[in-house]
Amino acid sequence: MDNQPTQSKSGLTRRGFLKGVGGGLAGTAVLSTAALTAPEEAKAAAGKVLGPGKVPVALRVNGRPMKVEVEPRVTLLSALRDHLDLTGAKLVCDRGECGGCTVLLDGRPVYACMMLAVDAQGREITTVEGLGKGGQLDPVQAAFVQHDALMCGCCTPGLVMSVRGLLNRNPNPTMDDVKRACAGNLCRCGTYPKVFEAALAAAKMQKGGA
Amino acid sequence: MAVAWGKPEERYLTGHDAPRVDGPAKVTGKAKYAYDINLPGMLYGKILRSPHPHATVKGVNLAKAKAHPGVKAALDFEKKTVRYAGEEVAAVAAVSPDVAEEALRLIEVEYERLPHVVDEDEAQKPEAPKIHQDGNVRPRKDDPQIRGGDPDPVFADPGTVWTEGTYRTQVQTHSSLETHGLVAKWDGDQLTVWTSTQGVFGVRDDLAKFFNVPAANVHAICEVMGGGFGSKFGAGVEGTAAARLAKEANAPVKLMLSRHEEHLCVGNRPSSVQKIKIGATKEGKLVAFHSKVYGTGGIAGGAGVPLPYVYETIPNLKTEHTDVRINAGSSRAMRAPGHPQAAFGMCSALDELAEKLGMDLLELCRKNDSVQNAIRLRQYDIGAERIGWGRRNKTPGAGPGPKKRGIGLGFGKWGGGGGKNTFAEVVINPDGTVESKCGVQDIGTGIRTVVGMIAAEELGLQLKDVKALVGDTALPPGTGSGGSRTSPSAAPAVKLAAVSAKAKLFEKLAPALGVTPDQLVAKDGKIGVAGDASKALDWKAACAQIGSVPISGQSEWAEGLSGSGVAGAQFAEVEVDVETGSVRVVKVVAVQDCGLVLNRLTAVSQMNGGIIQGISWALLEDRIMDRPTGLMVNPNMEDYKISGAFEMPEFDVVVMDMPERGVIGIGEPAVIPTAGAVANAIYNAVGVRFRELPITPDKVLTALMRKIS
Repeated sequence: MDNQPTQSKSGLTRRGFLKGVGGGLAGTAVLSTAALTAPEEAKAAAGKVLGPGKVPVALRVNGRPMKVEVEPRVTLLSALRDHLDLTGAKLVCDRGECGGCTVLLDGRPVYACMMLAVDAQGREITTVEGLGKGGQLDPVQAAFVQHDALMCGCCTPGLVMSVRGLLNRNPNPTMDDVKRACAGNLCRCGTYPKVFEAALAAAKMQKGGA
Repeated sequence: MAVAWGKPEERYLTGHDAPRVDGPAKVTGKAKYAYDINLPGMLYGKILRSPHPHATVKGVNLAKAKAHPGVKAALDFEKKTVRYAGEEVAAVAAVSPDVAEEALRLIEVEYERLPHVVDEDEAQKPEAPKIHQDGNVRPRKDDPQIRGGDPDPVFADPGTVWTEGTYRTQVQTHSSLETHGLVAKWDGDQLTVWTSTQGVFGVRDDLAKFFNVPAANVHAICEVMGGGFGSKFGAGVEGTAAARLAKEANAPVKLMLSRHEEHLCVGNRPSSVQKIKIGATKEGKLVAFHSKVYGTGGIAGGAGVPLPYVYETIPNLKTEHTDVRINAGSSRAMRAPGHPQAAFGMCSALDELAEKLGMDLLELCRKNDSVQNAIRLRQYDIGAERIGWGRRNKTPGAGPGPKKRGIGLGFGKWGGGGGKNTFAEVVINPDGTVESKCGVQDIGTGIRTVVGMIAAEELGLQLKDVKALVGDTALPPGTGSGGSRTSPSAAPAVKLAAVSAKAKLFEKLAPALGVTPDQLVAKDGKIGVAGDASKALDWKAACAQIGSVPISGQSEWAEGLSGSGVAGAQFAEVEVDVETGSVRVVKVVAVQDCGLVLNRLTAVSQMNGGIIQGISWALLEDRIMDRPTGLMVNPNMEDYKISGAFEMPEFDVVVMDMPERGVIGIGEPAVIPTAGAVANAIYNAVGVRFRELPITPDKVLTALMRKIS
């Protein structure tokens, strides 16, 4: 399966992701009930058309419940950045090409610019602000700093989340696994080699190694 | 006594690896880019742009947009003519990005289409539509330039071996991840902007001029920014528009461009078409050179390339250059303007000549280095050894199997000197905290860390003990970040300011310790007395004696701590799959001098980044214009390809530390030699010469097919 670009071990590639969401993008102005993923939400919303005005949206971000009032067309990225002031996830391409907005949804990386905020209800959303505990950096974050896996830093939150997502499902990644996990994130300054180093070092670090 | 960088063995911070001080902020999302600034009551600005490549604007009607309840301000740029698809026409500020987008669709513009041309060859024809009144073809002022003798008779000499080729490079967009723009907020006639820029003072002065307010009324802040590569100097149309909208709406406005706009409107590296004829004696001494070059910077100029490149002392020399205008966005400086283009042309031409001479390329280069540049010759030796130059195919394309490997050489040069327009201040507070301030900005290179480490080292402290402040017009003025000038400008200023602050501290402390200031030393977090360990004060205790007013050491850049002029060589190994046409760069060895290395960790990152952008330009990137419609067909990140994780080769970066030369910039040199090295390696792999970038699989397969048939 690893060789198939749409179902890589990483769980997410740019092409695969686009293919997956392509159908859902066609008519987002009026939200179909089927798009609501949480069963209880789907039940509640059955037969109901959302929008075009603002609707209450309940999100769970970094372990905390948060409420926003947004139009149903608002993306998860916009809800995070423009309404909750969680600006770690970056708006770079706004169409699922660069990974600058990568967040974890139930522990797996997704592009927040390609998902509507209303669709993220009932899911556990983790942004780069939510990594690390008690003021300590997550091992991935610490390794990024240590190995200089960042320059301007604009792609960095996305890459941190992609690597975090990788280590969540595969604590012993090979270099190829790392490259695959980062294949959906573009960096213009050219930090990739240091990102790879940092990812492998983070894997080691969280196992209690150096 | 002249201030000098200390001996390498005494420098415990500079010359070593220092993780950047803003790293934790960047990896946690705490770092606030212009795009991340959210203010109470803030509106979102957007610009309406011409959908046509060339048109007369007959009228703009903002009424319907202004009537939208979510729209708080709108403006008309009052354009009579638009000359490229993407030129700004009007702008709005609204309560959300979506409403602003809606409002743009409510603006009515009447255009009268004019004929357009977006191809630099078409644009030179007499019947081509004129972009400006004075025509599309703009020869260089003193064209042609001849130095030494006329090369033509030398080429005609039977003793001269010569080759001729036309080398083409494409338009490249900067593709910074953070787009251009700013957040503008007025308080009366005071303007504050949070901007994504390579020059905070340039932005401040542009805005002050535009609004006719004193420069002191404008405060520009750039805490961090998401890449510029030469495209982000000045406030720009988007910056002044944001401030105009904010003024009209009486509310803060965030106006950041979209990815689409970023590709079209805010700069690019111009194209080049370089016809190069170069000749040498049979022994390999270069004797004649003739280049005829044109290129396009869109509606602007700036397509010049510095030929002959590196090997400049050819005795019979003629160069010609013409800028060609087309209906496309203006060029802007892009990482080493003109140099990667010239390096690709010259490296390729020399490789072709070497083959005709039956000579190794390195040998030809060694014989002709312009001033017998000892540094470059050393770089050739180091690089050749590390890549295994001897492994090159003696007969290009002779390797076995469908995946053919080859090795190539590229070279470069750059200035990278510092200058007299950068100031710094080092403040020692009575509580022992230290601030190192310099009004340059960190465009991702790590200058903030450098500003901190130099002050820390001078004061005998650690990096964490010093707060480094950059990117703010409230700080001592600093240079814009262009020309690889930031480090060589800022580092000496900070060093001198720290020396001055330390001297003032010693003056205060000396009487209490019963010594003279020259007996004091700052080392290991202590102020000590030379030769008397019993009198050492720890840093905090020493600073407690400063009194109520902090100590401030200030300085401008001065000569003696920075240098300029670097060489640079890169060796690439590639693998070409002759069945698919795809090229994989296997390994790049880069050997670069930059004078005194300040932070080895970030210097290597700069080199990696240059190589990656060079590979990306050589193999992937291309701004494609559609001739019938005059539009860019790939203004996004899916179709305009930049290197990703899978394109990464093995990196072997050698940063030569030459402290005696002072600090020299490394940002631009890093990107110059790569494409030439990759192109030459491809030739060595398959025995087919690619004279046009990017070298994509379709071109490779077509050329291989032609070779067979």
